[in-house]
Amino acid sequence: MNDKIFKIVLFTAALVIPFICGGIIYSLTIDASDAISHFGFFEFLSSSEWDYTPGKEQYGALPFITGTLLTTLLALLFCIPFSLPVSLFVGEYFKGTRMAEILSTVTDLLAGIPSIIYGLWGFYMLRPIIMALNISPQGSGILTAALVLAIMIVPYAASLSAEFIKMVPSDLKEGAYSLGATRAEVIRHIVFPVAGSGVFSSYILAIGRALGETMTVTMLIGNTNQMPDSLTATGNTMASIIANQFGEADGLKLSALIAIGLLLFCITAIINMIGKVLIKRARIV
Amino acid sequence: MQTHHLKRRQFINRLLFVLVCFFAALTSVPLLAILGEVLFRGYSQFSWDFITESTPTAFKAMQAIAAGETIPGGIANGIVGTLLMLAMATVVAVPVGVLCGVYLAENRKSKFANFVSYLTDLLQGTPSVIIGIITYIWVVVPMKTYSAIAGSVALFIMMLPLIIRSTEETVKILPASLKEAGLALGGTYSKVVLKIQLPTAFGGIFTGILLAVSRVIGETAPLMFTALGCSMLRWDVDKPIAAVPLLIWEFFNDPNLQQLIWGASLFLLIFVLMLNITAKKIAKKWKS
Amino acid sequence: MEIIEPIIEFKNVCVSYAKNTMAVKYVNAAVARNSITAIMGPSGCGKSTLLRAANLMHMLYPNITVGGEILLNGKNILDMEPIEVRRRVGMVFQRPTPFPTMSIYDNVLAGFSLNGIRLSKSQKEQIVETSLRNVSLWDEVKDVLNKKGTFLSGGQQQRLCIARALALKPDVLLMDEPTSALDPIATKHIEELLVQLKDEVTILIVTHNMGQAKRISERSMFMYLGELIEYDDSAKMFTDPRDERTKAYLTGKMG
Repeated sequence: MNDKIFKIVLFTAALVIPFICGGIIYSLTIDASDAISHFGFFEFLSSSEWDYTPGKEQYGALPFITGTLLTTLLALLFCIPFSLPVSLFVGEYFKGTRMAEILSTVTDLLAGIPSIIYGLWGFYMLRPIIMALNISPQGSGILTAALVLAIMIVPYAASLSAEFIKMVPSDLKEGAYSLGATRAEVIRHIVFPVAGSGVFSSYILAIGRALGETMTVTMLIGNTNQMPDSLTATGNTMASIIANQFGEADGLKLSALIAIGLLLFCITAIINMIGKVLIKRARIV
Repeated sequence: MQTHHLKRRQFINRLLFVLVCFFAALTSVPLLAILGEVLFRGYSQFSWDFITESTPTAFKAMQAIAAGETIPGGIANGIVGTLLMLAMATVVAVPVGVLCGVYLAENRKSKFANFVSYLTDLLQGTPSVIIGIITYIWVVVPMKTYSAIAGSVALFIMMLPLIIRSTEETVKILPASLKEAGLALGGTYSKVVLKIQLPTAFGGIFTGILLAVSRVIGETAPLMFTALGCSMLRWDVDKPIAAVPLLIWEFFNDPNLQQLIWGASLFLLIFVLMLNITAKKIAKKWKS
Repeated sequence: MEIIEPIIEFKNVCVSYAKNTMAVKYVNAAVARNSITAIMGPSGCGKSTLLRAANLMHMLYPNITVGGEILLNGKNILDMEPIEVRRRVGMVFQRPTPFPTMSIYDNVLAGFSLNGIRLSKSQKEQIVETSLRNVSLWDEVKDVLNKKGTFLSGGQQQRLCIARALALKPDVLLMDEPTSALDPIATKHIEELLVQLKDEVTILIVTHNMGQAKRISERSMFMYLGELIEYDDSAKMFTDPRDERTKAYLTGKMG
């Protein structure tokens, strides 16, 4: 094959990605513009009405933005007590041993389970427990969704943090031990400060994943469209309202859902970008 | 004071170790619980019929339930749909993704490559439900129908960044001497890439492809707006089609079909985890 | 050569990384108080391994085992808690290791903060100043105490690490080729410093630089293939070694 043609072929293949990304932004913006111009951008973001009675249609994204933030932050909160120990186990205490390999396999497999199966498990196993504990009468809701979401993001947060913890030079750790520190003190005063920015960025990326998670949340959050008034209340996230209502939507409602999609796309893009930039910086240090 | 202080520090040190081990071990509980639940409940639903027959209608299922029988049928339509869409998506995503990955690895310093690389990250982080919306706008609306084609376009968009990344990373770490030796022997650039670099990197790229397939095989949200689902077994690419995750979603929402839910989940889970483990095995072998 | 009331005594010390392979074989030696003792030998002779055992560094790596006894003021440290031993036996490594997330000030005090010892502000300031003066770094850094230690030159970083170890007032300072990563001027600086310091602390230094051992140490050990071949007053060893292998090493016939 002619080299010139081959190089053009490679370049064309690389063009596919900007084409898709540009297309996503373009198409979402065009199709969302109906709803946004109808309600006004800030009105759309700040209104908590979601009413599709013909004639007095009113769509606002606030309940779903709130639902997304609540589930994501709760999930992050529940995930830390597990992901942090996993990353210390793999990256520090049992670094390079068979035990670490086993635990890494466990988290890898957790990451591989499809989200619809997490949803089923949450619905048939976790929800009855929540009901039995009297935490919430219907069992589903923001809390339930966040609990399962937390399990789903543990592998992402843990494996990346472990990588940064592993990279803390043993020179430094030995220096601290030589001054009489215990392992716990070395972890607190040396490992965490040195690996800190990397660990932090892995949690940002985990947030990025939690924000867009769809099926699990749709199956567990209860799918109601008003503002959630407590952490155990039912609600909807941006992703779950789309999953729930996109299929039967048309006209203004379809456009409103696409506007929510655009918003979700932008938020995850920004979060992921921040995470990637921080990771790049942490790798250099 | 000294010994008291010392004892306390040693206690904290041991406590941290115990806590880390305990909570790290606790992480395997959900994995075992999920595997256990799906295996335990799905095992009894699994049979030859289950993978060779199509989904029953809600009416047929109701009749069977009323008669106290196990409901007939299986998920053959879903299996066919999933395999068909995966095959179509893979056939396009592999060449495009591999070529793009090679481009990125070969032009590391160019601004355009950096830009593409950044966008690849962006696409990889995009929630799958948005890929569903976009494929709906791009394919379903112009075709005026949900279809297997639309479903495979959605899967293609999701697989692409994964294949690009794994190719890029594998080709990047090939020794430069490999390429130089090829060129020194008078090979053309295209020959060196296609006949030397890609075959050498095959293990890594193949692992990436398997992982990409295992990642998208369980995707539900994007297929809901594109393939839609169908209770018949069909091979038409321009009509709505079933997929295993879509069937699970359907069974979840239809009380009459709930008996089939765990069998379908077991099938999906086994498929995904097998792909995962195979990919990791190949990766390990290839690295050593 | 007789050593009265030694501060450290190695008795039949053996170190092995794996079964049936010993990196250090039955070393017997006593180290004199307030003096500088050098350990020399070709690379791989076990000199660093022996030194690290005196700080119980081997305990960080479960595959390393140490046999025999290492007595500190008559007590076997192998039976003691590592965190206690390490406070009394400081260590300085080949590459300077200032903690990158801490300021110069905090680096000097790291031994205290790591050990969870609370100090008042005036105590802290006093310790920082005396420790830095001790290593003659005070004048160079007194205006940048809040900057990160990693901005200093290699020699300054190593002196900071020595100050950090001395701040805890250890009985013994172990040094593992502390100048091998430094330029000749910084090396000279540190050598002068060590000679000054021996009034306060006993120094045991591993070096592959014969000149250095000759310049600063009172006594020298020569190790080869894990064994302690010769241990004597430096003046004697450098002029009239008893063993052929020592002679070969000192005359450059063996590296």
